[in-house]
Amino acid sequence: MLWEKLPESKPPELIDSKGFRADGRRLDQLRPIKLEVGILDKADGSAYVEQGKNKIMCAVYGPREAHPKHIALPDRAVIRCRYHMAPFSVDERKSPAPSRREMELSKVIRESLEPVVLADLYPRTTIDLFVEVLQSDGGSRCAGIIGASLALADAGIPMTELVAACAVGKVQGKLALDLSDSEDKYGEADLPVAFVPNANLVTLLQMDGSLTTEEFEKGLGMALEACRTIHGLQREALKKKYHEMKEAVEEKEESEVVA
Amino acid sequence: MIAGGKRMDGRGPESYRPIVIQSGLIEKANGSVHVSLGKSKVLVGVKVEVGEPFPDTPDEGVLTVNAELVPLASPMFEPGPPGEQAIELARVVDRGIRESKAIDVKSLVIQRGKKVQVVYVDVYVLDHDGNLIDAAAMAALGALVNAKVGKFEMKADEVVVKPGRHALPLNNYPVSVTVAKVGKTLLVDPSLEEERVMSARLTVTIDKNGAICAMQKGGLSGFTVEELKRIVGLAVERSAENRAKVLAAAKG
Repeated sequence: MLWEKLPESKPPELIDSKGFRADGRRLDQLRPIKLEVGILDKADGSAYVEQGKNKIMCAVYGPREAHPKHIALPDRAVIRCRYHMAPFSVDERKSPAPSRREMELSKVIRESLEPVVLADLYPRTTIDLFVEVLQSDGGSRCAGIIGASLALADAGIPMTELVAACAVGKVQGKLALDLSDSEDKYGEADLPVAFVPNANLVTLLQMDGSLTTEEFEKGLGMALEACRTIHGLQREALKKKYHEMKEAVEEKEESEVVA
Repeated sequence: MIAGGKRMDGRGPESYRPIVIQSGLIEKANGSVHVSLGKSKVLVGVKVEVGEPFPDTPDEGVLTVNAELVPLASPMFEPGPPGEQAIELARVVDRGIRESKAIDVKSLVIQRGKKVQVVYVDVYVLDHDGNLIDAAAMAALGALVNAKVGKFEMKADEVVVKPGRHALPLNNYPVSVTVAKVGKTLLVDPSLEEERVMSARLTVTIDKNGAICAMQKGGLSGFTVEELKRIVGLAVERSAENRAKVLAAAKG
């Protein structure tokens, strides 16, 4: 489909003369993040992530009986992950059949989370992780990891800690944190990173574009710093659910005492 | 299941669970509506794109309804191509919209026989606690009402989309009402627990004039003629209330 004014032969102005990005952020600034835990009724664990225009729902089922049975392992749970985009999540409707990109992202998201899950506690079972992108913006795999690790925790699956994720990229020659859609599209590099802060372990690392070694090192540092911030937000979101439950119970108890 | 005229969740046999409708959540879609029907959650996104008409209807645009029972919605849903439940859901929603002539497909033509607007209605089930058909039909209607589309024009053999916020050409507002039979009792808006024990189910889609525009019976048993008449009567009543809720929430 041909849109008027688009496609542009020249990329739009992504960083202005004062160093601000098209959405008004500084180069080292994250987009606003909203995290919610326990949003779905049927799933064993669930989480919702909004980051920029990303709107992502994550759900965990399991540990549950492996199906088909032959995929089960005798010494640990099998973790499966499906990253999937809704047909209306992008500008041009996407076929609901899984694309090669979605298959790859499913794999790298799973591998970013496997290191923290104590899968050997649940032999012969599966833990199924579903990441549904309802609306996509730049950095949906990282937002997916943020939500997926919250959903795992919400399902009560033992983990060493939460996994945080964030991308860094190069836009008009400058390193920029947490790329938006257009920065990813017109930028010169994209470096998504998942990080387990206390273990000091990078569990997802991909890169496309062009970076010098110095840029890579600096960019990685920016991404890890952002992951630490996000890790704090994840912990807050997880605690919030239980605070709310506690308050609800206390309120109920109080009203019963009065009655 | 039913004791003293009350259902397990405290409802009477003829009432719906609470309905919460939110619109415009997906900015990248032309229209979107999220419906919570009790604990069931369905999101519908409408996208309007350019395509070719079917050869036998060169002067009509295309309506496509697709449903995904995404696996996060229920332990019973598995990844993969749509199964029979998803296909039935999409087709029942489609039939209500199509047969009530809700969309004026003739005005979706850009160039006769060559280029038309294709309206994609994608039903995304997020949490399955029963009666997905009614939740999806309400969300689909809402998303169509909510949709804002640019202006499609031919310019030197190419379709150009001028930015704009025009509503889709809608003539009708179909709403479905599903009733399940549990024992000898008819239950409007069955929850998942009720669906598990129902012997049969009937969906009746009612248009804005109170006429029936689509029906679908499901389940292993059947209905008596008296039961069918009662269900249609219930559908006419309940659909009017639900239509008003959808239209109020989806506009804007």
